[in-house]
Amino acid sequence: MRHGRRAIVFLGLVLLLAAVPPAAALLGQPFYVDLLRRVMIFAIAAVSLDLILGYGGMVSFGHAAYLGVGAYAVTILAVYGVHNGVLQWAAAVGASMLLAAAIGAVSIRTSGIYFIMITLAFTQMLYYLGISLDVYGGDNGMRLPMRSQFGGLIDLGNGTEFYYLVLGLLVLVVLFVRRLVDSRFGMVIRAAKSNEPRTRAIGFSPYPYRLAAFVISGGICGLAGALLINHTAYLTPDLMHWTRSGDILFMVVLGGMASTVGPVLGALVLLVLENALSNWTEHWQIILGPFLVLVVLFARRGLGGLLWREERDG
Amino acid sequence: MAEPLLEVRGLSKSFGALSATDQVELDVLEGETHAIIGPNGAGKTTLIGQLAGDLRPDAGRIRFAGEDITALDAPARSRRGFARSFQITSVYRDFTALDNVALAVQAHAGHSFRFWRAARGDEALRAPARAVLEEVGLGARAEVPAANLAHGEQRQLEIAMALATKPRLLLLDEPVAGMGAEESQRMVRFLATLKGRETMILVEHDMDAVFTLADRISVLVYGRIIATGTPAEIRANAEVRAAYLGED
Ligand SMILES: Nc1ncnc2c1ncn2[C@@H]1O[C@H](COP(=O)(O)OP(=O)(O)O)[C@@H](O)[C@H]1O
Ligand SMILES: [Mg+2]
Repeated sequence: MRHGRRAIVFLGLVLLLAAVPPAAALLGQPFYVDLLRRVMIFAIAAVSLDLILGYGGMVSFGHAAYLGVGAYAVTILAVYGVHNGVLQWAAAVGASMLLAAAIGAVSIRTSGIYFIMITLAFTQMLYYLGISLDVYGGDNGMRLPMRSQFGGLIDLGNGTEFYYLVLGLLVLVVLFVRRLVDSRFGMVIRAAKSNEPRTRAIGFSPYPYRLAAFVISGGICGLAGALLINHTAYLTPDLMHWTRSGDILFMVVLGGMASTVGPVLGALVLLVLENALSNWTEHWQIILGPFLVLVVLFARRGLGGLLWREERDG
Repeated sequence: MAEPLLEVRGLSKSFGALSATDQVELDVLEGETHAIIGPNGAGKTTLIGQLAGDLRPDAGRIRFAGEDITALDAPARSRRGFARSFQITSVYRDFTALDNVALAVQAHAGHSFRFWRAARGDEALRAPARAVLEEVGLGARAEVPAANLAHGEQRQLEIAMALATKPRLLLLDEPVAGMGAEESQRMVRFLATLKGRETMILVEHDMDAVFTLADRISVLVYGRIIATGTPAEIRANAEVRAAYLGED
């Protein structure tokens, strides 16, 4: 079983996450449900980035754009009285995929630092667009008028129900990305990352496959955006700030690129640590920064690599 | 005489002031093993790069099977039947030998917008890949990551990947370079088994290998082809002896 240990780590993580709401209730600490829900939403974003970064070698430094577009799509529909969750989330995913198609079409023809700069530039543009959109709160942001409605099927106003919905979606996203990277499609983007001249020489044109991966990744991250706006219930352009893109990138690197499960671990460690340290001292960044640098320097395959020790998927 | 499979006319490419390919004319017949020899820096790899579609020529035309393919890129040429090995071994180091060859099979098995079934469990890719690995003598090494294969085995793997695309023209850039004597002999014996079945352009320094394998030889010096002929003709050619074979 090549991926046996990684599967066990994932199962353990899921069980642990599933136990959070009852444990928090028992301890009288409902705050943890909130924290871990946020962790899982960012984990979805990080797994989506891993698809193109870890497996496809595309260093998107602009994934916050899709978080933002997902959140704006939900909020804008809500402002105009559309509260149906299925419609809102479909719009969030669809708009993110369209945006990813546009950004990808331009950026994927480049590589290296240019790719990073183009994805960053697009996201900065959207950030400033968000600031200028006074109808939707501009710089200050605005409250989400009402959380997404699912006709009584599930109530996002109920913290626990929302929590398990996010957990379910996270599991689906991880399994989906795993299938994707092992499919013929996935093998092409991994091959193109591993050795592009060889890939072209055997007859693949990597571009359309990379673009498709980029669009799928954007769509998944847009879903995370729809979840995040329901989580915070407050829309702000800060969702698209470049530091947010950096956070997501860091979760992937910290947890382990090209491992699907690693980014979940990365999101968990980064956000929980950030929370714990910021409760303890206001200078938490001085501690967190060096810790992250050490992990990246000494665990080349991230925290995940320490746990399952297997070669990453390549 | 039948039309050549490959016709190169007036092919030229410069790097700055350096003329790496200079008005090259080359015909390769169906089924022929055509060796290209020449001193280091003569422009052999640059020529192969232009034939494979990795490098754009500055001038000239390339026709393949009656079609002008000058404007086509490498993947498009691969789909028309070009396959190559690189002078510096180029395989997927993190993937197993079988994965490497299965990817080459996949590249020629229709589009790859197939998102669901695991490619590694797909016998439509694995079975032909295993057969080619057997053919080149790597059958027992199928599950070894390419990075862990010996140098000679990696070169065999490259040829397996080329063969897995069912090529009409093999471009082999120094397939025995860097090999030990024994490995190199094994490779030459293997290439001899392809002779006649495959059409090959073989860039090689090893003169024994060239004179064993080639039907015809072209001699490239400073980007120009100074002679083309049978091995016997090339051996007898005074200009070639002076320029290349190191005799006077
Ligand atoms: N990308 C490049 N840029 C500049 N010069 C190059 C490049 N590639 C090859 N050359 C030069 O072109 C000449 C031919 O190189 P090459 O085709 O590799 O020769 P060979 O394969 O016969 O040894 C050499 O002088 C080499 O330095
Ligand atoms: Mg060379």
